[in-house]
Amino acid sequence: MKLNELTIKEASEKLAKKEISSVELTQACIDRVKKVDPKLNAFLFLAEQSAMLAAKEADKQIANNANTFLTGIPYAVKDNILVKGTKTTAASKILENYESTYDATVIKRLSQAAPVMLGKTNLDEFAMGASTENSAFGPTRNPFDLERVAGGSSGGSAAAVAADEAIFALGSDTAGSIRQPASFCGVVGLKPTYGRVSRYGLIAMCSSLDQIGVLTKTVEDTAISFQLLAGQDEFDTTTLPKHVPDYTRSLNLDVRGVKIGIPKEFFIEGLDQEVRNIIQSAIKQFETLGAEIIETSLPNVPYSVAAYYIITPVEISANLSRFDGIRYGLSVAGKSLDEVYFKSRSKGFGAEVKRRIMIGSYASSAGYFDAYYKKAKQIQTLIRDDFTKAFEKVDLLLTPVSPHAAFKIGEKADPLAMYLEDVFTGPLNLAGVPGLSVPAGATESGLPVNLQLVAPHFQEEKLIQAGHAFEQALGLKLKPRLTG
Amino acid sequence: MNFEPVIGLEVHVQLKTESKMFCRSKNAESDQANVHICEVCTGQPGVLPVINREAIRKTVQVGLALNCEIAEYSKFDRKNYFYPDLPKGYQISQFDMPINGKGQLTITMTMTGEKKTIGITRAHLEEDAGKLIHYDNNDDNDRSGQKSKVKSHGYSLVDYNRAGVPLLEIVSEPEIKSADEAKIYLQQLQNMMRYLGASDADMEKGHLRCDANISLRESGESGFPEYKVEVKNMNSFKAVSNALNYEIQRQAKVLDRGEVLASETRGWVEDKGITVLQRSKEESQDYRYFPEPDLPVLHLTEAWVSEIKRTLPELPAARLERFLREFKLTPADAQTLIGNKDLADYFEQVVSEFDAWVEAEDLKFNIDDRTEYLKLAANWVLGQFLSLLNAKVVGAKESKITPENFAELIKLIAEARVSQLSAKDVLNKMFETGGDPSNILDELGLAQVSDEAVIVAAVKKVIKENPKAVADAKTKGPKAFGFLVGQTMKELKGKGNPQVINELLKDELRKI
Repeated sequence: MKLNELTIKEASEKLAKKEISSVELTQACIDRVKKVDPKLNAFLFLAEQSAMLAAKEADKQIANNANTFLTGIPYAVKDNILVKGTKTTAASKILENYESTYDATVIKRLSQAAPVMLGKTNLDEFAMGASTENSAFGPTRNPFDLERVAGGSSGGSAAAVAADEAIFALGSDTAGSIRQPASFCGVVGLKPTYGRVSRYGLIAMCSSLDQIGVLTKTVEDTAISFQLLAGQDEFDTTTLPKHVPDYTRSLNLDVRGVKIGIPKEFFIEGLDQEVRNIIQSAIKQFETLGAEIIETSLPNVPYSVAAYYIITPVEISANLSRFDGIRYGLSVAGKSLDEVYFKSRSKGFGAEVKRRIMIGSYASSAGYFDAYYKKAKQIQTLIRDDFTKAFEKVDLLLTPVSPHAAFKIGEKADPLAMYLEDVFTGPLNLAGVPGLSVPAGATESGLPVNLQLVAPHFQEEKLIQAGHAFEQALGLKLKPRLTG
Repeated sequence: MNFEPVIGLEVHVQLKTESKMFCRSKNAESDQANVHICEVCTGQPGVLPVINREAIRKTVQVGLALNCEIAEYSKFDRKNYFYPDLPKGYQISQFDMPINGKGQLTITMTMTGEKKTIGITRAHLEEDAGKLIHYDNNDDNDRSGQKSKVKSHGYSLVDYNRAGVPLLEIVSEPEIKSADEAKIYLQQLQNMMRYLGASDADMEKGHLRCDANISLRESGESGFPEYKVEVKNMNSFKAVSNALNYEIQRQAKVLDRGEVLASETRGWVEDKGITVLQRSKEESQDYRYFPEPDLPVLHLTEAWVSEIKRTLPELPAARLERFLREFKLTPADAQTLIGNKDLADYFEQVVSEFDAWVEAEDLKFNIDDRTEYLKLAANWVLGQFLSLLNAKVVGAKESKITPENFAELIKLIAEARVSQLSAKDVLNKMFETGGDPSNILDELGLAQVSDEAVIVAAVKKVIKENPKAVADAKTKGPKAFGFLVGQTMKELKGKGNPQVINELLKDELRKI
């Protein structure tokens, strides 16, 4: 087995036993990136030099037995998360030359364990999209089929992990941006509870819904890598002072007696038959493992996409105002101040970003605010209540992640069709609850399909417990066949 | 036609805190641009605001002092607009749930002593913007000596030291009836901020900024006019007063011609003494307020607010009462003193010195004597001392004269060891050097002669040398007596204690 194909668990055991070095492991990942990334375009920036330096440092720690699970493990970072000293572009022309002036809290937290930051991964511009096609620097291709998208917006991170370029990766999820690409690429993706992980240093798309999470090869790796990210941060007052349990302990628990709800609103007409079958057999698998399956309902979920595409653009329209060509980023000269703004933003932002800024400006303008934003926030409350009620009867919910497997590049040219990609994932963000995207099978043509597990607020350990039990029972091994 | 002005003021006060409103950058001024900045207050990507607890506390203090309803729940909102001094493209402000709701401030008119209550609409918290420095097209080079990129249009530089400083906006009801009232409201609000320690509230330094809404209605009417003129750019109390008086006259002239006035924003042009149109309200911006998702809702618990209320410092109105009661000052003196917190503090320190001496029995006086001492002290604090401070444009705190030395000087005057006239010279010298009054008195040779033996000798000499005047004094009265006093004083080189001279001269004349 090649070193870059290892999981966090496997690599970290080998490192601890000094069977391998972080330098070797990191080199294997870098070699892999150089080999396959020209096809995939998962990375926007490979930090080769600093990664090798970090690997050497990690090896020193390991030599002194001062290592933890993540020491010396190469990982990739979605390019909307700031890493001091590297460029952070959010896959936008407007930030093409922006160098991060500080480390995001998640990067600081990970640094305590000295993992190796390999580079920054591709995304839809400012995380707006579900296919990574909206990147100003070209789409990321699906490692299982280069004609298809990797999903989005964390498409680069999902593809990088699936193609064994990185051992794990960070992503962000506002309506499914971790879980859907995880499904398209056959890796595990966790969207934590809103308020569980600090957003400080994540370029905001929709502040009230954004959450940073991890993309890994196994649920076990999710537990290990998520452990360090979770917890209150004094720089993000939307994080809560909730206890952070030891997530790896949940790996030892089975699912006997666990009540799993199947919300009927997720098994709609548009759900692809192959996906439906995979999810159905997954439900059976859980039954076999001793879980109790209960049909439930989340009646307001069908309004999620509508509410989401009001709340999100309103926040976007303000969050992206700082990209004005004045202090940093792309600046185009003009004859007046207004012209500088107009030219810089016209040239700097892509079509989808502009579309959302316009929708958001409209929906929050005087006379429309009550009709749109206020209504959408009311729907959000109803959806949140739906989940709360459902969790009175069940421990977890199980749903598909996406109505279909990875689609072809260019297939969804209609923005509305793309918005509907969030149909099963967006409701969780609106409710603030955590979700885990776990490989559940593959279509006949070999495209991965994940299921989604949903837990109540701040109960990620339940996701890890059920996800791990399922993963172990299924024993699925999906690997893309990529040649250099 | 007779018009009555309807004036409402929007006052912005920079709160005095260690750090800025939403980040750890220092809340301080600097000659150097962009030194008190960080990633948060320059709006770098990915940053988040964190509420400054001290700013909330100070806001509640002000709210309590202005008798405002303090909200139990409050939140921040985003006010959206583009300008280079606004790093995020939105200002974090408060829209529909301000910390302080309705309240009032009772002002005392300086001339008449008449009291008037002005309603407060709200007092909410927000963040200040940075400062733009404009360079016109004649100015080819910027500070780094480089050619300006957009030379033909001039260029601007931005300083973010001020960006993110906590800013309290206090909005009054349109209940102010004259420029004079507006000025007094503003001065008393400023004084209030200083008493609370909430702000230095210096208008010239921009700690306190004032915009006014002004319109005219016919005298006797109670409704509000259909238009409203907003006046900006008034950077001193005098400017507020002058600008409002100018507007009253300008608007009256237009209305007298039978024309209507439009709602607009006008700017005060200090050197020309006029207001000019800045923009009409029809072009008014939609700020698209919406709740700030990066910050939690504030819960101001009753216990916390009560604690702030309990520990509120003494406010001007209470202090005025106390000065009248404890120090028996005249209302005018007391009013002037409390209107200048620094000076009032200084005065109290001087009083403490007297009281300490009495305690230590270094000074013996009864209650009436104390009142006399304090009256004398008030006269000197508000007289020559205040003139010296004003001439140097410094506060009492910065003065070199310690309250102890000041009290010492008052004691010397009260004990007639220095004449009123000489005491002025001594005070001037003290102000200059910070020296001890007794030493200065000796240095300048100004100590007053009260030694009876010395004075009797002088009196006897004068009597002997002026037989005619002595005779006149005995028969004709005061005028000749005055002459003899003058002669004695001359003999004593002007340092004789006039009271003692009087008494001893009378005694000696009686003996003849």
